[in-house]
Amino acid sequence: MSILTWTYIMVGLTFGLYLTIAWISRVRDTKGFYVAGGGVPAIANGMATAADWMSAASFISMAGLISFLGYTGSIYLMGWTGGYVLLALLLAPYLRKFGKYTVPDFVGDRYYSDTARVVALICAIFVSLTYVAGQMRGVGIVFSRFLEVDVNTGVLIGMAIVFVYAGLGGMKGITWTQVAQYSVLIVAYLIPAVAISSKITGIPIPQLGFGSQLTVGHDAGKYLLDTLDALNKDLGFAEYTAAFVPGAKSMLDVFCITLALMVGTAGLPHVIIRFYTVPSVRAARLSAGYALLFIAILYTTAPAVASFARYNMIDTLNNTAYQQAPSWFKNWEKTGLVAWVDKNNDGMIQYSSGAPVEGKPSFVDTPGPLGQRMMTNTPTSNANELFIDRDIMVLANPEIAGLPAWVIALVAAGGLAAALSTASGLLLVIASSISHDLYYRMINRKATEQQRLLLGRIMIGVAVCVAGYFGIHPPGFVAQVVAFAFGLAASSFFPIIVLGIFSKRTNREGAICGMAAGIIFTAFYIIQVKFMNVQPWLLGISAEGIGTVGMLVNFAVTMTVSSVTKAPPREIQDLVDSVRTPRGAGAAVDH
Amino acid sequence: MKKSLEEYWRKNLTFMTVLLVIWAVVSYGFGIIFVKPLNAFHIGGFPLGFWFAQQGSIYVFVALIFIYYVYMNRLDRKYDVHE
Repeated sequence: MSILTWTYIMVGLTFGLYLTIAWISRVRDTKGFYVAGGGVPAIANGMATAADWMSAASFISMAGLISFLGYTGSIYLMGWTGGYVLLALLLAPYLRKFGKYTVPDFVGDRYYSDTARVVALICAIFVSLTYVAGQMRGVGIVFSRFLEVDVNTGVLIGMAIVFVYAGLGGMKGITWTQVAQYSVLIVAYLIPAVAISSKITGIPIPQLGFGSQLTVGHDAGKYLLDTLDALNKDLGFAEYTAAFVPGAKSMLDVFCITLALMVGTAGLPHVIIRFYTVPSVRAARLSAGYALLFIAILYTTAPAVASFARYNMIDTLNNTAYQQAPSWFKNWEKTGLVAWVDKNNDGMIQYSSGAPVEGKPSFVDTPGPLGQRMMTNTPTSNANELFIDRDIMVLANPEIAGLPAWVIALVAAGGLAAALSTASGLLLVIASSISHDLYYRMINRKATEQQRLLLGRIMIGVAVCVAGYFGIHPPGFVAQVVAFAFGLAASSFFPIIVLGIFSKRTNREGAICGMAAGIIFTAFYIIQVKFMNVQPWLLGISAEGIGTVGMLVNFAVTMTVSSVTKAPPREIQDLVDSVRTPRGAGAAVDH
Repeated sequence: MKKSLEEYWRKNLTFMTVLLVIWAVVSYGFGIIFVKPLNAFHIGGFPLGFWFAQQGSIYVFVALIFIYYVYMNRLDRKYDVHE
C-alpha cells in the first residue's frame, strides 16, 4: 500500500481514537470542564502534560534546528526541560493546594484585586494566542505534507477535531486525548530514531548511539561526534560540539535564552493549569516528575537524531553526483524541502556553509538538465549548492533508515498528535479566561453551572475560530512570536506567582506594578529588535533571551513597591500559610 | 503547632535550595559557563561539557524532581501535614 493510503489509515485511526475518548469523557459540570474533576492519576497527568508541552515544533522542527546549531541547540534542550524542575519545586504543589481553576484565579485571590486578575487574564490570553497561532498552522502543514490536501483544508479539519473533543469534554476530554496523543507521538518519534541509530552505529538506543562509533561508511570505527566535528570544519562550518564560536551565540546570550525559556516554561498558563487536575498535592509533585520523564524521552532522543541526520546528510549528499543521490533526496525534492543548484556545472552536489540562493526558494515546473527541480532564485556567490529545510531531518528519517510505509504514516499521525495536543491546552486557557475569569468571577457571580458550562463551550468554539484564522492567515512573524510568549510568561507571571507563595509581604500594589513593568520592558525590547530591526542594545542579549531581564525587572519592582506600601491583609497571609502545607487540599473548588 | 510548621517550612526551603543549586550547576555551570574547559574530557564519544548540555542535565532534572517527591513525602509525614 502506498504511503498516502497508510497515512489516511493512521490519521483516521488516531482521530477516531481521540473522538471516542472525547465521547466517553464528556462532562456535565464546570469542575469537569475546567479541571477534569480533579481526579487524573499522576502518571496519566504526566503523559498529558508531556503531550501538551511538545508541539509540532518539538516533534518536527527541533531535531532539525539542533542539527544546524550543534552545541548551541542546547538552549532548546535545556530551556524546554529545566523549567519543569522550577514547576515541581516552586509552583505546582502550592497551586494545587490553592485549588482554584485558573492562573488569574490565583493572581486575583492572592493579590485581593480585580485589577490584578484582569492584568493576569489579559496576559494569559495574549501569551496563549501568540502560542496557538503557530499550532494550527503546524496542523495544516503536516496535513499538506502527508495527506496531499491543501494547508488551509488541513487547518479546518484540525479545527473541527479539536472543537469536538475540547467542547464535549473540556479539560477532561483534553487530558485523556492528550494521554492517547502522547502514546502516538512517542512511538512515532522513537521508531525511526531507533532504526537510524542501529543503522549507523549498531546500537539501537539513540541516547547511547549518539556517543558511539560509526559502524558503516568510510568513517567506520571513529566516534560519530568526532567525525561530525571534522566534517563540519572541512565544509566551513563551526565544529558541531564547539561552544560560543565567533558568529554563534555568545555565552551571555545562551545563558539568558536558556534561563528565559526555563522560567517562561514555569510561567506558561497552559502548563500551570495541568497541575490543577490531579487529586492531591503529592500527586502534583509526582505528576511533574512523570511529565519531565516523558518529555525527556523525546528530548534526549532529539539531539541524537539531529547528529545522525546531519552525519548522514553530509556523508550521502556531499560530493555525490546528483544522479547517484539517494532516492529519499529525489522524493523530498518534490516537496520543495530540499533543492540543488549546480553552481559549477559539474553534476556533483557540493555542500558548505551559507545560503545557496537568495531568499526563500520558489520553484519552476520544468526540470533542469539532470532532472533536478529548478529554482527561480538567484544563486549566491558562495560554494554551497544545497538547500535543506530543517524539517527534513525528522520527516525524511524513516526513508533514510529504510523503514516501511506505515512508519512514515505513523510519523504523520505523530506530528498531528503533537500539534493538536498543544493547541487544545492553549484553547482551554483562552476560553476559560473569558468564561471563568472574566464572566463568572467578575461579571456574573450568580451564573448557574449550566450557564457557565455553555459559555465555556461557546468560548472554545470562538477560540478555535480565532486560532484557525491565524492558521489560515499566519502573521509573518509566527516563529518570532513564540519568543514573545516565553519572554512574557517569564516577565509577567513567574515572578509574582513565586513571590505570592514564598513571601507574605508581597502585596497587590507590588504585583500589579511588577507585572506591568516586566511586560512593558520585555514587549518594548522584543518589538524593537524583532519588528523594528533595532540592534539588541542590552549587552547583545537577543529578543529570545530578554525575558530573563524582564523577569529580574519584575522581581525588583514587585519587591520594592511591596516594601513601601501596606502589607497584605491578615486573611491573605493566612491563605499563604495554608497554601504551604499539603493537608486539606480538597478537590479543586471554585467559589 | 505553629513552631513545628515553621520548622517544616524551613526544611522545605533548605532542601529546595539545595536541589535548585544542583539544577543550576548542572545546566548553567557544566552546560554553559564551564562547557569549554569540560569539553577537554570525554565520556565515551561525547565531549563532557557538550554531553551535559545536550543530555546529562536533562537526566539530572528528572532525578531532582523524583528526589524532591520522596523527600517531601517523608517530611509531610514527619510534621503531620500529609494528606
